[in-house]
Amino acid sequence: MAFPPKLPPIPGTNLFDGEYAKKGYALNKMCFSFNSADNRAAFLQDEEAYMTKYELTDSQKAAIRAKQVLQLLDEGGNAYYLAKFAGIFKLDMQDIGAQQRGMSKDEFKAMLVASGK
Amino acid sequence: MAKIIGGLGTSHIPAIGGAIHRGAQQEPYWKPFFDGFPPIREWLGKAQPDVVVMFYNDHGLNFFLDKMPTFAVGAAALYHNADEGWGIPTLPPFKGELDLSWHIINHLVENEFDVTTCQEMLVDHACTLPLKLFWPEGDCPVTVVPVCINTVQFPLPHARRVYALGRAVGEAVAAWDSSKKVAFIASGGLSHQLEGERAGFINKEFDLQFLQSLESNPEWATQYSIHELVEKTGTQGIELLAWLAMRAALSAGEGSGVRKVHSNYHIPISNTATGLLALEKF
Repeated sequence: MAFPPKLPPIPGTNLFDGEYAKKGYALNKMCFSFNSADNRAAFLQDEEAYMTKYELTDSQKAAIRAKQVLQLLDEGGNAYYLAKFAGIFKLDMQDIGAQQRGMSKDEFKAMLVASGK
Repeated sequence: MAKIIGGLGTSHIPAIGGAIHRGAQQEPYWKPFFDGFPPIREWLGKAQPDVVVMFYNDHGLNFFLDKMPTFAVGAAALYHNADEGWGIPTLPPFKGELDLSWHIINHLVENEFDVTTCQEMLVDHACTLPLKLFWPEGDCPVTVVPVCINTVQFPLPHARRVYALGRAVGEAVAAWDSSKKVAFIASGGLSHQLEGERAGFINKEFDLQFLQSLESNPEWATQYSIHELVEKTGTQGIELLAWLAMRAALSAGEGSGVRKVHSNYHIPISNTATGLLALEKF
């Protein structure tokens, strides 16, 4: 029997398990480096060189260039490290949320407020 | 022996730090969140804990995927905060409580918990913001023992296991040869999800049930698997594990129960359904 057992999918959600970890290690390691202001500056200075230094795959590089969160998640990106990448471009969690939901930021914020009613 | 005075739970959204820094607490967006705190601060002013054991989750500051503990206990003299990638102003370091750190570590390993011990440990917003929320003025008056629970790399520990860990930590504190007063803090939650097509997911009904269960039926949420809890509360709602640990810690030692001092629930701050709870142990 397979372990861990395959569990019913959660809508719009993927758990960052070993499969994603294996896929995304280089991407996540690069994004973890963005804790440092110097590293963030170095990335902005020369994004291609920085990505190459961290040995991102071609498709991971494409996802970084596109700045599309769903794409980055597919490439094995973990939300906690991707948040640091988003921070470089001054994107907050509602910018990210709106992008992933295909909504405007105002629509996304309104959706959150409606959840409270 | 040390005295357990009670437990607290609060959300820890990074934007809170910015709001405090800007003095935005009474702005319409922030007021329903910050207004929850004064009754709890008043109680803390009377109860005067000396030490806090902080159950929280690191968000990629202290730990990376290269070495990811399931449970990590801080045993440092000082805990520094640092840049997490968004340039939020860092706070002064927090003082540790080394005797209690080692007492907890010894008790946990003796009770067959496999923990990682950290004699240097950066503490992120999850650890620092609750301290700033509960003691906003001046230096932090409590010493801290951080207990970090992995929520980054699945598989995560089962809710039953986290509850057991919390209870063991509580037992350790109750048996600590000290005259100090100790409070437990849970940091994180409540329901929210940052990533995926379900970003912005909130589950008010479950959150309110969960908050109620912490008073009346503390093990209630441990019936659910991690998978089920993520489905019900969101990928970051799983931070409720810290609340379970806090509540379990309160069940240890002398005394029969808990009394709710105050609670608050407000949607939204950033993407999060914010919860706030203070329980006095009696």
